[in-house]
Amino acid sequence: MAAWTPDPSFYPSPRMAMKAAPETLAYVAAFDPDRKVPDALAVVDVDPGSKSYSSIIASVAMPNTGDELHHFGWNACSSCLCPNAPHPHSERRYLVVPGLRSSRIHILDTKPDPRKPKIVKVLEPGDIAERAGYTRPHTVHCGPEGIYVAALGNREGKGPGGIFLMDHETFDVRGQWELDRGPQYLAYDAWWHLGHDTLVTSEWGTPDTFENGLIPEVLLGAKYGRRLHFWDLHKRKHLQTIDFGDKYQLVFELRPAHDPTKAYGFVNCVVSLENLSSSIWTWYKDGDRWAVKKVIEIPAEPASEDQLPPLLKGFKAVPPLVTDIDLSMDDKYLYVACWGTGDLQQYDVSDPFSPKLTGKVRIGGIVSGATHPLAKGARLNGGPQMVEISRDGRRVYFTNSLYGAIDAQFYPEGIEGWMVKLDANPGGGIDFDGKFFVKWPKTHRPHQVRLEGGDCSSDSYCYP
Amino acid sequence: MAEEWRSWLALAGLGAFHGLNPAMGWLFAVALGLHRQSRAMVYLSLVPIALGHALSVALVGAAFVLAGLSVNAQVLGLGCGLLLIGWGLYHWGYRHRHRVRFGMQTGLAGIFLWSFLVTTAHGAGPMLWPILMPICFPSGATSGAAEPASIAVAGVMVHSAAMLAVTATIACVVHEWLGVGILRRVWVNLDAVWTVALLAAGTMLLIASL
Repeated sequence: MAAWTPDPSFYPSPRMAMKAAPETLAYVAAFDPDRKVPDALAVVDVDPGSKSYSSIIASVAMPNTGDELHHFGWNACSSCLCPNAPHPHSERRYLVVPGLRSSRIHILDTKPDPRKPKIVKVLEPGDIAERAGYTRPHTVHCGPEGIYVAALGNREGKGPGGIFLMDHETFDVRGQWELDRGPQYLAYDAWWHLGHDTLVTSEWGTPDTFENGLIPEVLLGAKYGRRLHFWDLHKRKHLQTIDFGDKYQLVFELRPAHDPTKAYGFVNCVVSLENLSSSIWTWYKDGDRWAVKKVIEIPAEPASEDQLPPLLKGFKAVPPLVTDIDLSMDDKYLYVACWGTGDLQQYDVSDPFSPKLTGKVRIGGIVSGATHPLAKGARLNGGPQMVEISRDGRRVYFTNSLYGAIDAQFYPEGIEGWMVKLDANPGGGIDFDGKFFVKWPKTHRPHQVRLEGGDCSSDSYCYP
Repeated sequence: MAEEWRSWLALAGLGAFHGLNPAMGWLFAVALGLHRQSRAMVYLSLVPIALGHALSVALVGAAFVLAGLSVNAQVLGLGCGLLLIGWGLYHWGYRHRHRVRFGMQTGLAGIFLWSFLVTTAHGAGPMLWPILMPICFPSGATSGAAEPASIAVAGVMVHSAAMLAVTATIACVVHEWLGVGILRRVWVNLDAVWTVALLAAGTMLLIASL
């Protein structure tokens, strides 16, 4: 039943969203790398005043095994207040939780009890493939025409990957989003500039090139994704491709400015074939066209062969492997997760073309295995991976697993899951919250974090 | 005469209701003004919004007059009643499923088309039928096509003028003083009200025509 006034978690502008009350719950996708126990959506208590602070208070098991829960999103968010396509009386209530490996999509209702969501609908892979033409659902975004799901494979599990739409109230799969895909073939992430009628997509690879781990020949041959694609959001038409060149591989997470009047955003490139560095690029509107500029390069760190997994021994270095980034709501701070070295870095990106490093912590990492104040000095593995920022920008959460098959290539001893929280100083600077460390149950590994009421990668806005 | 005045007031009142609805105009105008940092844009975009609304309502009004000239009053009432109920049911089930064609970069022509499509899908025109019926086709009197047509044209103009006046006033107040933060509290579910109104008007028309 539709509401009488807008959902209180919808905000017209990012400035207003920053004033939202602090979150008390975090939802975390967790999967079993052995595919024996069903994956789960965990609920973590993030209310510092609560007795169960920093612990998993509920875990909703999926009905099957082997889904590989990965990214997920809300059915509706602040974009429902947009003037051209308003749905102000929809509710932010359901989590749309895909299995990246199984291609199954679970709908979880958080309303009766946000501390204990319930699975209310399961869309089976065959039905999704038939109606959407896609498999391997990855990114989920709420937007002007409902729920947008970026998927990595086509119906047969090959290319092209792309986007499909789902109804944000009934969860019916409405079909392929693209009307004209132009030269786009590989898919990964998707997001948009609502103020500029532009959708952006990035690239990983087709399922056969990642489901058993990264294939060295494909990587060294620069055959993984290395392009950005720009689309007309409303005509659903491909407009422009930007190729980063054959040195750059794995162009991943798209973080457009939240302010809808700004026409720029940030994307991470995981690895340079030249020197194993990771890089951050700013895309921006240059006249009528889009352009990119490399604004951060994070170098690999020298290491001895015996400290490195087989894949890296020959390189005698540990790559930073920047696999996620996140932009604060005021578009001021960019957080950069270096899954290889164990760094979580904070940059002031007030000038998007000239970021300044303002903070850094280290935890885990292939070589460093850095510990945490609450881990009693124990060596921690995995590294900073999926990052999420509270709407007010004061708290930053992250987990340590990337993707089952790839975890094993870089952390062959097997990742032991954890989730941590940083306190961010509004003037710059980050540090661990010494009271928050969630040691994950051994059966699962944590991946994406979503915060109650919305976070910095869940909502988009039409008003500045 | 009192009857007739009530009809004209109702036409203006419906216009005011459409003008009030953020989904039908003023909010888009305010958003475009904010986005382009231009006060002129707020007021300029109200013109195509009002014209798009008027065109949609006028076309539906013309269809009504043509139908009224070719069938008798009872058939006209029954047909309009059923259509209104159908429109109400469509709103109930599919209102949120519209394809989005125009965004924040759209020009004045795009805003005009957007307004025309939104007004049409809303069923704003058909809702005028029950009000136009007694003044365009008063019972017993049939005096050619000219009179109903000119009354319908006047009705559409009164309706659209009221819509423009209200939507312009709100656009101005929100843009200059209140700010869009107000949406969080005051954007009540006018779609639900409208759905009920469509169903109620259709049902009353059906009953009156039986």
